[in-house]
Amino acid sequence: MSLFKVFDVAGSAMSAETIRLNVTASNLANAQNVGTTEDSTYHAKHPVFSSVLQSLNMESHALGVKVDEIVESDAPLTTRYQPDHPLANEEGYVFLPNVNMIDEMANMISASRAYESNVQVVNTSKQLLLATLKLGQ
Amino acid sequence: MAIGFDAALGNLDDSLKVYSKRTEILASNLANTDTPGYKARDIDFRQALSRADNHQNIKLATTNKAHLSGSNSGMNTMETLYRTPLQPSLDGNTVDSHIEQQEFTQNAIRYQSTLTFLTGRIRGLKTALNGE
Repeated sequence: MSLFKVFDVAGSAMSAETIRLNVTASNLANAQNVGTTEDSTYHAKHPVFSSVLQSLNMESHALGVKVDEIVESDAPLTTRYQPDHPLANEEGYVFLPNVNMIDEMANMISASRAYESNVQVVNTSKQLLLATLKLGQ
Repeated sequence: MAIGFDAALGNLDDSLKVYSKRTEILASNLANTDTPGYKARDIDFRQALSRADNHQNIKLATTNKAHLSGSNSGMNTMETLYRTPLQPSLDGNTVDSHIEQQEFTQNAIRYQSTLTFLTGRIRGLKTALNGE
């Protein structure tokens, strides 16, 4: 019954979107974490999605989603002149993370919308399955 | 007059199968809205239904009892096609979530109406059997 596979597909997409939301939350939470060197400063992280076949059955067309990897943004870090800061380097500069607030907010909305549409898919499939069980009554 | 289940149900059971398969494909499209390089797919309902309807004809010849008879559910011959993108994105993804959502809802309603038709047919058979 292929309707059952819809649950696997939508479930995998929901967990991938949850990871995306988690990454966005960690980016936003760490947006103000300053560092002494470029390497020790927080870099914005982004998940990379890829589709994955849900079953080895040749007849199956169900493609779920998995998170391939989480990449760090290579956008340049901004520096701020703050010589009295305990983390400032010899020249008196601190490094700020390369988190782009606007990008993160857009990502957050996109992830939550995608999650919602998958929840809707699960609900509709559930209704269809329950209606099928009542067939003939 | 003979009453057969096949004759009574017509191709409604096959269309139910094709609709549930299409639900799976459209759910995959909606799941992969944000996957780079994913191409949205769909099936030609008329073609899929006629193939599912004629699946009895597709069988492998077996000359030895050890031979596999082959799957004849008719669904493995179903061809998935790629959707023509209206607004292709830079990452190669061709899923337009509004179109997919609309198709998914329409498909679910059609599935439910097929179920209603089937229930009607079964009720008719029951009435005929009771002879009331």
